[in-house]
Amino acid sequence: MSARFNPVTSSASEPGWTKIIEPQHRLIHIDWKEIWRYRDLIYLFVKRDFTAQYKQTVLGPLWFLIQPLLSSSIFTIVFSQIAGLSTDKVPPFLFYMCGLVAWGYFADCLNKSAGTFSSNASIFSKVYFPRLTVPIANAITNLLTFGIQLGLFVVIWAFVIAKGAPVHPQFALVFLPLLLLEMALLGIGVGCFISSYTTRYKDFSLLVGFGVQLWMYASCVFYPLSSVPEQWRWILVLNPMVPIIEGFRYAFLGAGIVERWQLAVGFLASCAVFLVGVMVFRRTERTFADTI
Amino acid sequence: MPLAVQIENLSKRYRLGVINRDMLYKDLQSRWAKFRGKPDPNAPIGLVHASRIEHGDEFWALRNIDLEVAEGEMLGVIGRNGAGKSTLLKILSQITAPSEGRVKIKGRIASLLEVGTGFHPELTGRENIYLNGAILGMNRCEIARKFDEIVDFAEISDFVETPVKRYSSGMYVRLAFAVAAHLEPEILIVDEVLAVGDAHFQQKCLGKMGEVNKEGRTVIFVSHNMAMVSSLCSSGVVLADGRVIKAKGPVDEAIDTYVSETASLASAQLSERTDRRGEGRIRLKDLQVFDGTGSEREFFISGEPLSFRVSYSCEHGLELDGIELGLAVYHSKNGFVTYLSNTLSERPFSGLTGEGSATCTIDRLPFTEGVYFLNAIIKQQGTIQDWVQEAKVMRVLDGDYFGTGRSIPRTHGGVFVDHRWSA
Repeated sequence: MSARFNPVTSSASEPGWTKIIEPQHRLIHIDWKEIWRYRDLIYLFVKRDFTAQYKQTVLGPLWFLIQPLLSSSIFTIVFSQIAGLSTDKVPPFLFYMCGLVAWGYFADCLNKSAGTFSSNASIFSKVYFPRLTVPIANAITNLLTFGIQLGLFVVIWAFVIAKGAPVHPQFALVFLPLLLLEMALLGIGVGCFISSYTTRYKDFSLLVGFGVQLWMYASCVFYPLSSVPEQWRWILVLNPMVPIIEGFRYAFLGAGIVERWQLAVGFLASCAVFLVGVMVFRRTERTFADTI
Repeated sequence: MPLAVQIENLSKRYRLGVINRDMLYKDLQSRWAKFRGKPDPNAPIGLVHASRIEHGDEFWALRNIDLEVAEGEMLGVIGRNGAGKSTLLKILSQITAPSEGRVKIKGRIASLLEVGTGFHPELTGRENIYLNGAILGMNRCEIARKFDEIVDFAEISDFVETPVKRYSSGMYVRLAFAVAAHLEPEILIVDEVLAVGDAHFQQKCLGKMGEVNKEGRTVIFVSHNMAMVSSLCSSGVVLADGRVIKAKGPVDEAIDTYVSETASLASAQLSERTDRRGEGRIRLKDLQVFDGTGSEREFFISGEPLSFRVSYSCEHGLELDGIELGLAVYHSKNGFVTYLSNTLSERPFSGLTGEGSATCTIDRLPFTEGVYFLNAIIKQQGTIQDWVQEAKVMRVLDGDYFGTGRSIPRTHGGVFVDHRWSA
């Protein structure tokens, strides 16, 4: 869609008027003030999604717990027992669960954001509210799921440590919120980008599930970065998720290769992806109602 | 009078190609065809509103609209389907963006294009009130303050803690409207589709709109129901083909413009009308109205015999069953009068092929004096195949329906009903 289709409601630039609707050419304009005004809506979206999620399933909130347990068990059997992949001398179950819980948060953010336009088509075409509230609310809802799963992980982790396994938690644990924020930014950014393109090309959405899976293979979720030949590591580190997953494991388990500059570059890259994704998203939201 | 809304030179352009594409491979297919100099296999077929297309694939839904709405005004925006009313509404309520021009707004704007958006079936009435209120732009304190009033208005006090999936459709609509009606925006935009639900509730909705306006707030009401517009609004503006054809003025003048504009349009040949909807397996070719002697006329007299002839043509090679032919009759100012259909008085037609016609006969015309619009529709097994609004205009002059020389006072409108008295 052309840039000429790009209006923005700016707060009044002339006295007396509270809102001006016009076609706009500015590239990035995120009205944080307006989003803040709609914070109650974000809160209610989070509440709605969370309650709806467990009201509709038989197992309810238990599902959030079963999922990582099951995946970690299967990973342990397949990748550690059968394939014999290294887990940096950490108990395999903890190694996989740590990576999976972290990856899960990112993947959820991405998947949900990618569906923003398609799953809200009817409401977006009938009523106005800042559209960005939807992916933001998703990231917060996913945070709750993540919290539950992390809680389960911490219980198992503490149990394993108490039994004297070679696991060494690091002081870096205090930086976990930053890693979470980075995952949310990256997930929302990529998701918003995809979501915008699925409004024009519906076949784009078929790529998402596949793409996320491929991305996981390239993100050190079921192998440590140390098992990758040294001359190839730089390629993998281009993926911001690698330092994040390695960072998670380093903080909790004391195993992993994390360098500060990688984290910093990854963070900046994630911010850039976020801005580009949101820019495309903002451009799409103005004419979205015309294309459905 | 200070202004609440100022619309300056507003235009909205749609790109036909962009609207119709939905698959990446189709886009590539089109580009490949263009590259080889072949016709685009995905080009839109049967363009609607061909007159408004400039530069090949661009379509102007709105063109250079100027409009000012004063604070506290109750404005009716009138126009036929496709005149650009909905596009204007969507721009005002920020669902879509203009291509040119701008709109300046003073105060909070709320639009009721459709009620109940954002309701979640799993959540209770209470939770949905908060959610819907927030979607419409209220904060939690505001909703909490209005909560009891909303529940009262919607008449659902016993079901506040019940998930809305168990609500009847009536309750659902009532609750949705109640939330929206308690928004207290400075500017309220209402689409006529809002006026759904039972007659009692409809009255309540219209009453609420009037009330909102009396409190000094601005209301913009969009409709092609002249009865509602004239009873609610003080001023009106008429849109046609994306332009303002009658600048804002007293509502009666606007309605007169609308009626005469529609009448001139209805004189166009039915088969050439492009503003039609439906799947098109069977199409309306012509609609003629004959008097008792079988000659075609444009005006009729109450009480005389008359017949409508609907000509149709089926898609080649199809034999269609379960056909409903229908004529919806609207009085130009008072709204819906009646619906005439073979499925009501007889049974669906079957075995229709090729071209043909069906005739509907009325022994004594019961309409009072006035201008009537006929919407023609063809359905097959309940699916709309062709639907043309204002397919025909019919003028009716007052006649001696009862044979007594006396008639219903002209100002009342309505219809004549055969009746007897005894004493």
